[in-house]
Amino acid sequence: MSDTIGSSQLDAVKAPLFREVKKGEVRKHIITLTVRNELGVLARIATLIAGKGYNIEGLSVGETHEKGISRMTLEVIGDDVVIDQVVKQLRKLIDTIKVKDLTDTPHVERELALIKVHTATPRARDEVLRLVEIFRCRVVDVSPETYTIEITGTEDKVNAFIELVKPFGIKEMARTGKIAMKRESTPQEEE
Amino acid sequence: MPRKGADIVIEALKEEGVEIIFGHPGGAIMEVYDALYRDGGIRHILARHEQGAGHMAEGYAKATGKVGVAMSTSGPGATNLVTAIADAYMDSVPVVFITGQVPTHLIGNDAFQEVDIVGITRPITKHNFLVKRIEDLPLILRQAFYIARTGRPGPVLVDIPKDITQKLSDVSIPSLEEVKESLPGYRPHLEGNLQQIRRAVRLIMEAKRPVLYVGGGAVQAEAQKELVELAELMKIPVTTTNMGKGAFPELHPLSLHMLGMHGTYYANMAVYNCDLLIAVGARFDDRVTGKVEEFAPQAKIIHIDIDPASISKNIVVDVPIVGDVKIVLRKLLEEIKREGAKLFFPEERQKWLEQIEAWKKKHPLTYKNSNIVIKPQYVIEQIYEATKGEAIIATGVGQHQMWSAMFYKYSFPRQFINSGGLGTMGFGFPAGIGAKLGRPDKEVFVIDGDGSFMMTMQELITAVQYRVPVKVAIINNGYLGMVRQWQELFYERRYSEVDLSVQPDFVKLAEACGAVGFRAEKPSEVREIIEEALRVQDKPVIMDFHVDREENVLPMVPAGKSYRDMILEDGKKAVEAETMYLVG
Ligand SMILES: Cc1ncc(C[n+]2csc(CCOP(=O)(O)OP(=O)(O)O)c2C)c(N)n1
Repeated sequence: MSDTIGSSQLDAVKAPLFREVKKGEVRKHIITLTVRNELGVLARIATLIAGKGYNIEGLSVGETHEKGISRMTLEVIGDDVVIDQVVKQLRKLIDTIKVKDLTDTPHVERELALIKVHTATPRARDEVLRLVEIFRCRVVDVSPETYTIEITGTEDKVNAFIELVKPFGIKEMARTGKIAMKRESTPQEEE
Repeated sequence: MPRKGADIVIEALKEEGVEIIFGHPGGAIMEVYDALYRDGGIRHILARHEQGAGHMAEGYAKATGKVGVAMSTSGPGATNLVTAIADAYMDSVPVVFITGQVPTHLIGNDAFQEVDIVGITRPITKHNFLVKRIEDLPLILRQAFYIARTGRPGPVLVDIPKDITQKLSDVSIPSLEEVKESLPGYRPHLEGNLQQIRRAVRLIMEAKRPVLYVGGGAVQAEAQKELVELAELMKIPVTTTNMGKGAFPELHPLSLHMLGMHGTYYANMAVYNCDLLIAVGARFDDRVTGKVEEFAPQAKIIHIDIDPASISKNIVVDVPIVGDVKIVLRKLLEEIKREGAKLFFPEERQKWLEQIEAWKKKHPLTYKNSNIVIKPQYVIEQIYEATKGEAIIATGVGQHQMWSAMFYKYSFPRQFINSGGLGTMGFGFPAGIGAKLGRPDKEVFVIDGDGSFMMTMQELITAVQYRVPVKVAIINNGYLGMVRQWQELFYERRYSEVDLSVQPDFVKLAEACGAVGFRAEKPSEVREIIEEALRVQDKPVIMDFHVDREENVLPMVPAGKSYRDMILEDGKKAVEAETMYLVG
């Protein structure tokens, strides 16, 4: 299970970086940003990162409880020196209020996926329902041929679930990017 | 009081102390031009091309340290500004660019003269704005100026739809406090971390072979006094980048002049062999470092810069200090004095200075003069002498730019104005006009290439119209000289498309525009026409110097190579054995 996840990550790691990697381990970093929700702020961030030749793996955005302030979670692949540069560049943008690399800080991360699975046979319907139960996700839409399942969790969990329902045939799938937040406590209950 | 958006623009500009705008009108910006006309309180210079207006604003900003302003209409007016915006971005020049935009309800409709200039300039501005509501207009304009001039300076663009300039509003101009509060994420760091400063002091005192490497940040911070004090107190030789020229006086015995691709032999040798490099407001540009792995290979590095993102971008440094160069240097000096300004290895330091003197003697900046054909370096030396080293020099891009960097000696900040980061041919002439308008007390010489001049020469008429007495020295080699030089050195003399022997008669061109024109074809005529040009006080002068066509800029470190591969003025490679002098 973790093997498949690992190899897909590795592929991304192998993708050539434009920038010469100077030192440190190349890995996926999770960066969170608090930004003023001004016109074009998203374009500005995407332009900056693409313009510097860095890979964006994931980007999710939403409003916070404060008016006019949005929160983004960004996944970028690179070594520590490269990512340090990304963080500094992001901090330089006028609309960013806070930028943090959470990779090495204890944090909570979640992703949401909607997966429409072929379940035309009674056996398939049973098995998929069992998986849904084990993974504590929900069926949110049912048709004679399909189940649509909502799952939230870490990237690993979502990936694992997808691997398990793949044999039934996935008709359609949508995943949000990751969202993340620093932990205030020591890890308690996981999943 | 309710007034039009266009009047608010003028009001906000006046609040910022703007005295002069460089621009070109058109449909989408007409209301602002009308307000300018009715108000009459700000001078406007009508450039003949928006690129010219942009470079004029840059030249003004670079020469005065104030924020320049350039204005254009939407669409083609705005796109014509793009080169100047990119240029200002690369050299951290504070300029506010104001563009007209089609009315709000037409945005996104491919309306006549519509272009998404905010999108186009996103990667080449420090920040940019599209004004969507008239109520935001004064705040945005003030934010634009504040962002342009603080922290690491840079260009800011404000795009204003036509209907916003026509609407009425009684919104007031916000105070600077309100402006700062409205930008919660923007807090330039000025002070420098004391602990890091102390670490730097320790390294400076312990170093045996230190070098100061000074860039444009030191010019912007106007830190010359502090630099001289530091260099003298701690006996540190100083090299400046192209952008850093004038930050440290070049006649000072500790000056190593410029380093990098066309740096002096002694600056490059010093950097190659130093054990401590103190970078001050410099960004380790590839034209400076050459091959990164072999740049200052034995040195610990201290980096002082106002922009945290500049630190450890190209080269990982040992002591990063984020802050305003002047403030940090002051603190550094305080700490050094508190420690008794001691050197741990005074004898080694003395030996280092002697070594540098020896290098200076061995390969000074020089060229072979001639009394038959005019050498470009000779022209620049003569301009230097005739102006007693006190003129402001603006240049285009190419060989003439490098000769101007080498053979004119700069003693004050903002004296050498050129396009360092983007390398924009056509920059020099309009920038010189802007500089002269900003510093009428100074003699301004534009040293231009025949190729570069052709790119923005329509501004000659602008200089005539406003009686701007800039002196333009065209180093006319009938080639795109720098490209020809590369072709000679690296492409076996295949001179592909660099011949400019068919050119206008620059003297007649000057006369056709109502300027003064001179030509020199023999070395004996050079000084004569410079003196004559200096006597002209109310119009621009073009001096057309027909120089040796195939002269090269040397020394040179080929792109991406190490300082050890430096080609010297006699065409020979730099002394491999000697470079290793101090290693280990
Ligand atoms: C706008 C622009 N186009 C092309 C270049 C590439 N380029 C760099 S130097 C140079 C030749 C410049 O010729 P000239 O202005 O006559 O100066 P010279 O080198 O002969 O002194 C060229 C074409 C550039 N820097 N800028």
